[in-house]
Amino acid sequence: MSSLAASDDRPLTGASTVIQPGWVRTVHWINAVAMIMMIMSGWQIYNASPLFDFRFSHAVTLGGWLGGALLWHFAAMWLLMVNGLVYLAMGLATGRFRRKLLPLTPAGVIADTRAALTGKLSHDDLTKYNYVQKLLYAGIIVVGILVVLTGLSIWKPVQLHWLTALFGDYAVARVIHFSCMAAIVAFLVVHVALALLVPKSLRAMVIGR
Amino acid sequence: MGRLRSLLIPGVDKQLLVKDAVKIMPDLARRRFIAGGASLGALTLLTGCDVTDSFSADDLLAKVSKFNDAVQAAIFNPNALAPTYPESAITKPFPFNAYYELDEAPEVDGKAWKLEVRGLVDNKKSWTLDELYKLPQVTQITRHICVEGWSAIGSWTGTPLRDFLKLVGADTRAKYCWFQCADKDGYNSPLDMETALHPQTQMTFKFADQILPRAYGFPMKIRVPTKLGFKNPKYVLSMEVTNEYKGGYWEDQGYNSFSGS
Repeated sequence: MSSLAASDDRPLTGASTVIQPGWVRTVHWINAVAMIMMIMSGWQIYNASPLFDFRFSHAVTLGGWLGGALLWHFAAMWLLMVNGLVYLAMGLATGRFRRKLLPLTPAGVIADTRAALTGKLSHDDLTKYNYVQKLLYAGIIVVGILVVLTGLSIWKPVQLHWLTALFGDYAVARVIHFSCMAAIVAFLVVHVALALLVPKSLRAMVIGR
Repeated sequence: MGRLRSLLIPGVDKQLLVKDAVKIMPDLARRRFIAGGASLGALTLLTGCDVTDSFSADDLLAKVSKFNDAVQAAIFNPNALAPTYPESAITKPFPFNAYYELDEAPEVDGKAWKLEVRGLVDNKKSWTLDELYKLPQVTQITRHICVEGWSAIGSWTGTPLRDFLKLVGADTRAKYCWFQCADKDGYNSPLDMETALHPQTQMTFKFADQILPRAYGFPMKIRVPTKLGFKNPKYVLSMEVTNEYKGGYWEDQGYNSFSGS
């Protein structure tokens, strides 16, 4: 692991440079599978008692009915949670978060957003994140933590009543849980679209280079 | 011609027919799931390949659900109380909820009704409503959380179940209190003993200080604020103290059996 992590700092030296170390690729794809299962089963659960004036199409939900969806949701949650904890621990221990996501300044975000919108943002060095990427990746980590905490709040509003109280109450935590899902889906759309626009970034997340 | 072609059966509009079909979908989907088809089908869609008999997603999910029962029992704190609320927080009107319409709800004759007590108890006598009403009662204002996600705050009055279990000399080392109810199709549900002995678990006789109306489970419901709504049986006919897991109406269809809050 330490040799993989150290490779983050290696300078660009042609094809041998590792852009995404093995542990990042592993947790990324496990997270992708877990997150999609959580979202699709979550939509089926939502349909049982919609918060808003719409339901998700049966074609994009998982589980067939409420009971089936709950089984998927409460199975995939372990995968999401354990994998997420490994990601957070590794990100902190290897210094990847600090190296990749910091510094994160408003001026940098504004400048890079402008550059992105005018088509002047460079993708030559995939080992370095621009400020828009830094903001989105740091932001989605926060949302990921929130979606798990609000999920725990509405799963265990008695045993973890202090956590539920942190979000207000059960009903509020439920709305925040839904909002986090919406933010994750919005991120997913942008994330996948940009990965397809810059295919070498997708390649790096598959084979590392 | 176009209009005619859109009629699958003469005189029946195809779109309306589909609309009607969709209305009954949850039931159908449910039955398919019980037969073991729905989540396998969903998995097939997800992976784009056939899932053979050698691997069943349903089996795996059922195993994880059993594991989740154990996790929930392990983290259940018998002293952790469900939050209580002021009277002003009570949801009005409190929703009626069941797998049938209100006019199909059981109409129990309170004068003829008796609570049957069976299993691992010293005193197996049946209790009339008048006898039960004489037991000391307490009121709780707690949040009822449905497995569907919605919640509502209500005021319930009755006797703590643990007091009644003591009174009838129940073996509280047994694993379950199993309740049978008067709902059509025979509703029943097991309650783990730790939860049955929780201070807020209640044999409920009143809602909002009025005798429990038919909509909320007359003559008696078991109010369990540390469980999801479907683990709060209404129209209770009998209670059996047992070590045997006897299943439940929703539990047998796939809802997680512990379903603790």
